[in-house]
Amino acid sequence: MTPMIRFDSIAKRYPPDISALINVSAEIAAGELATIVGHSGAGKSTLLKLIPAIERPTSGTVLVNGQNVGTLGKKALPFLRRNIGLVFQDQKLLFDRTALANVLLPLEITGFSHKDAQRRAEAALDKVGLLPRARALPIALSGGEQQRLAIARAVVHRPSLLLADEPTAYLDADTARDVANIFLEFNRVGVTVLIATYDDSLFPGARRLQLDHGRLT
Amino acid sequence: MNWLFAHWNACRRALSRLAAAPLNTLLAVLGIGIVLALPAGGHLLLNNFSALARNASPTPQLTIFLTVDAERKAAQAVELRLKGLPGVAKTQLLAREDTLLRMQAAKGLADAIAVLPKNPFPDAIVVTPADDSPAAIERLATTVRQWREIEHVQIDADWARRLHALIRLANTGVLLLATLLGIGLVTITFNTIRLQVLSRQSEVEVSRLLGATDAFIRRPFLWYGGLLGFLGGGAAWLIVSAATLWMRLPVAELARLYGLDLMLTLPTLEDSAVLLGAAALLGWLGAALSMRQH
Repeated sequence: MTPMIRFDSIAKRYPPDISALINVSAEIAAGELATIVGHSGAGKSTLLKLIPAIERPTSGTVLVNGQNVGTLGKKALPFLRRNIGLVFQDQKLLFDRTALANVLLPLEITGFSHKDAQRRAEAALDKVGLLPRARALPIALSGGEQQRLAIARAVVHRPSLLLADEPTAYLDADTARDVANIFLEFNRVGVTVLIATYDDSLFPGARRLQLDHGRLT
Repeated sequence: MNWLFAHWNACRRALSRLAAAPLNTLLAVLGIGIVLALPAGGHLLLNNFSALARNASPTPQLTIFLTVDAERKAAQAVELRLKGLPGVAKTQLLAREDTLLRMQAAKGLADAIAVLPKNPFPDAIVVTPADDSPAAIERLATTVRQWREIEHVQIDADWARRLHALIRLANTGVLLLATLLGIGLVTITFNTIRLQVLSRQSEVEVSRLLGATDAFIRRPFLWYGGLLGFLGGGAAWLIVSAATLWMRLPVAELARLYGLDLMLTLPTLEDSAVLLGAAALLGWLGAALSMRQH
């Protein structure tokens, strides 16, 4: 069976001579829950960014559903990203839009009608417990709420793959557990989840990919 | 259908962006309106004054002189032939006897004419052409000059040439002004969209990460430019119309003092549509250039 994600002898170097990833090979199966664990600067975020082609490998190949994302052209790239849910370390919320409008954005991009988009966005906000705050601006939300909003935006278009970069990094223990549970719930309904984190104790049962100074150990 | 839907969505997003910063929008629209009001107003004034000049001036005519020894029958035959030409609206035969009588009645000429042994004037035919453009009059004159009985063809169209030249010059001036200020509009939109792109950098970046195509990102900016141009065109229309209504009575009074009848008219439906369409198009063009650059 073809794995959903396959890293094949990946190396990533930044000028002048910084090796972020060295000969990384790994596979993530469809429906799997996996974590990329390592200390700060181990290359977790870099590895994660290779999947939606935010970064390109210096050498080696990254396959997503059998497609080499490193060779994707500018026109094909958006269609790859539409099948991936992304939760960024800094969330990348739009602070001049309401929570609802933030969640609507991926649906507008995909071309949903306004009515359908509204329905789906409200359902996604409900799923993460933010429907009562739908009209609030992100600045008015707490750190945990902002993180949940970012998750709602990542899953609203029902991607088959969910990637998250340190989603619990700046949250208190209780909020971090709530946020982690949301990922676990999505994985239970068949979504492939890959999380870069310094602490994978919040994701029991997840397969661990340990990175140390850019090498998979 | 998807394409139309995508544009409809982009148009809605552009409208909400315009509405989100009402003061900025108002100032940009006013700026574009004032820029476009100059050539639009010039065009309208030119139309009004062209009509006035045409109405105030007599219709150009040709005077066709036959040879002095040509008989009346020949003159009548020439007149008949002239009436058969498609470019002739009206003819009037001036009999040489009538011309002599008129000249004898004229002060200062009677003595000179009295010493002449015979009537020096030929029969003449005054022709009013159907088309009063200088080119049409010249064509008609060239045709008639080739006839055997004709001694001389005098074109009474100098004033028409001057008028046409003046109108052509004014038209060129308005066109030049429109071109320069059209470039000005493109520049205004270019800069407005540049600022829009800069202020929406994070939205553009996030949209790309979420799978937005270049077209998806570009469309709202293009609509923004087009709508800004359209609204600016509307503002120009309002400025020109208001100025026309304001100046209508004073101009009519001034014209009356010169014995002319002039009431300034508002822009026609066609002119208004051209103004709005061109403004929207130039706004879209400015946005497209800005998007290409940024």
